[in-house]
Amino acid sequence: MSNDPTPQSGSPDKEPASEAQAAQNALGNTERAELATEPNTPASKPEPQQEPRPSLGRLFIDNLWAANTFTVTLLSLVLAIVVGAVLMIISDPAVLSTYSYITSRPSDAINSSWTLVSEAYANLFKGSIFDPEAFAGWLDGTNSWQAVLAPISETLTYAAPLVFTGLSVALAFRGGLFNIGAQGQATIGVIMAALAGFLLPLPPGLHLLVAVLAGALGGAIWGFIPGILKARAGAHEVINTIMLNYVATYFLTWLIVQNGVQDPNRTDAISRAVDTSAQLPRLLGDNLRVHAGILLAVLATWAVAWLLNRSTLGFELRAVGANPDAARTAGISVTRTYILIMVFAGILAGLGGSNMVLGSTASALTPLVVAQIGFDGILVALLGRVKPWGVLLAALLFGALQAGGNRMQSYSGISLELVTVLQALIVIFIAAPALVKAIFQLRAARAARLQTSLAKGW
Amino acid sequence: MSTMAVPDIAVAPVRKGFWTRSRKVGLTLLGLGLLAAVLFGALATEQEARFTLSDDAAGAALEINGTIGAILFGIIAIAAGAALLAGVPKRWFLPVLAVGLVGFVLSFLCWQVSAAPAGQNFMPLVNIIRGTFILALPLIFGALAGVLCERSGVVNVAIEGQLLMGAFSGALFGSISGSVWVGLLAAALGGAFISLLLAVFAIRYLVDQVVIGIVLNLLAVGVTGFLYERLMQTDAEKYNSAPRFSNWEIPLLRDIPVLGPALFRGNIFLYVGLLLVLVIHIGLFRTRWGLRTRSVGEHPIAADTLGVKVLRVRYRNVLLAGVVAGIGGASYTLALYSFTKNMIGGKGFIALAALIFGRWNPTGALLAALFFGFADQLATYLGAISSSIPSQFLAMLPYLATILAVAGLVGRVRAPAADGKPYIKG
Repeated sequence: MSNDPTPQSGSPDKEPASEAQAAQNALGNTERAELATEPNTPASKPEPQQEPRPSLGRLFIDNLWAANTFTVTLLSLVLAIVVGAVLMIISDPAVLSTYSYITSRPSDAINSSWTLVSEAYANLFKGSIFDPEAFAGWLDGTNSWQAVLAPISETLTYAAPLVFTGLSVALAFRGGLFNIGAQGQATIGVIMAALAGFLLPLPPGLHLLVAVLAGALGGAIWGFIPGILKARAGAHEVINTIMLNYVATYFLTWLIVQNGVQDPNRTDAISRAVDTSAQLPRLLGDNLRVHAGILLAVLATWAVAWLLNRSTLGFELRAVGANPDAARTAGISVTRTYILIMVFAGILAGLGGSNMVLGSTASALTPLVVAQIGFDGILVALLGRVKPWGVLLAALLFGALQAGGNRMQSYSGISLELVTVLQALIVIFIAAPALVKAIFQLRAARAARLQTSLAKGW
Repeated sequence: MSTMAVPDIAVAPVRKGFWTRSRKVGLTLLGLGLLAAVLFGALATEQEARFTLSDDAAGAALEINGTIGAILFGIIAIAAGAALLAGVPKRWFLPVLAVGLVGFVLSFLCWQVSAAPAGQNFMPLVNIIRGTFILALPLIFGALAGVLCERSGVVNVAIEGQLLMGAFSGALFGSISGSVWVGLLAAALGGAFISLLLAVFAIRYLVDQVVIGIVLNLLAVGVTGFLYERLMQTDAEKYNSAPRFSNWEIPLLRDIPVLGPALFRGNIFLYVGLLLVLVIHIGLFRTRWGLRTRSVGEHPIAADTLGVKVLRVRYRNVLLAGVVAGIGGASYTLALYSFTKNMIGGKGFIALAALIFGRWNPTGALLAALFFGFADQLATYLGAISSSIPSQFLAMLPYLATILAVAGLVGRVRAPAADGKPYIKG
């Protein structure tokens, strides 16, 4: 993604390009986009001082209101929050009724709207990052330090699986494939991880390792299928991954109620629980849910970043993503690369699945054990600009929204669905930077073009 | 599928040797037939398998001994497979394949029905046909929305969102106004709203169409779920009690045996859906609008050269698609159920599958939707006669069939050439 300067050139079959071109395209784009991710620190990239250049402060101000990645992301967030507020207001009959006499007493409408919206968003913040009351309580000695860290712990817990699925989607994107199947790959990953978790009698440590890897293997299998179909039969991966998502879901609902899998003490659809020896250890004591999954997620981010930017395979992958024809001319096996991309994407999504059942979110298979991590992963990848570290940050933001959304629901009575709306809106605005640019009258960006377009169609 | 930027692997090589696609399909069918004749024949019981021409066990019925039926229909499938293997003229390929597959399905049914618990050895055909059509209904509307969109070159992955928004706004405004017609209008506008977003972001802002489609689905799930919890759950009486279209029996047609009671004695949306298939088919292939739509979807530059307003055609078609899908959503809330969170539950994606399986053609989409609806209905039926086949595997059938179709095993499917490619005038 983002490798074609204009969407029209997304049909590279018309352009006989060389390896050098493809490579330059891929690399040049990476650099350009990387420049854009740190727009506020121009000092960190000293350039040759040949021309007189404006002062740092001037540059900073200029860049702040330009359509670069950082500003667009931030303003997309703002826009999403505003739309969310509007939704809250129009769905609250009590507040809405104050608008019927807004001309005579505008203060009523403004005050009630402000109270509703500010309380909801304050709870979103308190549930995800920092709760001043818990902090004060800790100083007074009325609650433990754990209460202070609870919001962060929740955020990290929700973020960990999203990092994996986000990386899965992002990796495929870089290779020119759209992996909508992270959901299905995570589902098979969950199944394999859980089966390894309660069927294999293994010593602690080894058991955890095997269970995590089993999840990865499950994802790899489910990624391999669309990969080979794409490479050998030209079947579009978008269609196949969508279909495989449903196949995986039905397989899960079937498997749960089979003998040996279903919890023998239950009649509803829930499997046996994963042995404690196969569970990811908690990091901050038993009261806080954050577990070692987030560490694995950081490790995976580093690994994917290394793979993409430093390894031969990563180079080939980006070359194929930029221009498959040129890559083939240069001697890269496109078929092999496509299969590998999908297998790696599957492994990552499968690890996300392991996280769901071996971590603290759930310890047994249920029909909804995977939640929406695969679909959220698509949003995370787009928000993270399909870059590994960007994906990590985006997953943290989404994790925070999820964690805060829980508190918003229980304290302010605002449905958790608002979080889905916010997430979707953020990505919509990010995907259309021209819209954000127009709304806020931003200057044209100095460095980066924002393109979230594969522009390929079926 | 062959429009990918990777021509040499995207286009399956034309095999000139003995193993043509037709022969491979024949071999597969032959294997299926053998499986049916031997396995189903062995598993079926000597019970009569009755296919009653009514809603229950009563009335006239087609009867056949379970074992004999399973073996007989299996042999039909074998014969069809053998014919394909021997080589038939190209135009005979599809009919022969259809006969073979029907034989396989009937053999399967003979086994299942005859092996059902005593007293349940019957299959009420009227009930099955009606159920098939009702379950296929959202798929028909959804797939037609896909046809309208994609024939003009805009990929519509947002069918799910359009159906959902249609169902939601139909329920909401139908309840508030107390009128089905207001509800229907609102449903159409709700679907068109998602379509509008799709059109603006895909055509104006050149966002990748699959990406925006997926995101719009999530947006629709979020917005409708949020408003459902805030409004409909707190005051269902006021916001979620939409009036429903009353049944409408078509004179004459209602008296056709089997089909009459199954199709022409009730659901208005079914008539609308079938009519729309006809209208869109004729429109697409027989009118000026259709020609322009198809030309914009296949070769926008050429169309532009000839004076067709490419972007305008696309905007109009995408909006129309939203209207159609919105009405499809209303077929839930203004005829059958009250609104619940995420009530479309993936039907939009099966509709997408039906669209692809039906090769971007309204009639093909209808047949695919009916096939998927039948699989769905069959799963329900088999559950009711406590069959040994897990319903989940039947539920997978549409998705697996689509994968096979896309992989070129059931014939090549080809999307409109410019599908998904934004058009920039210049």
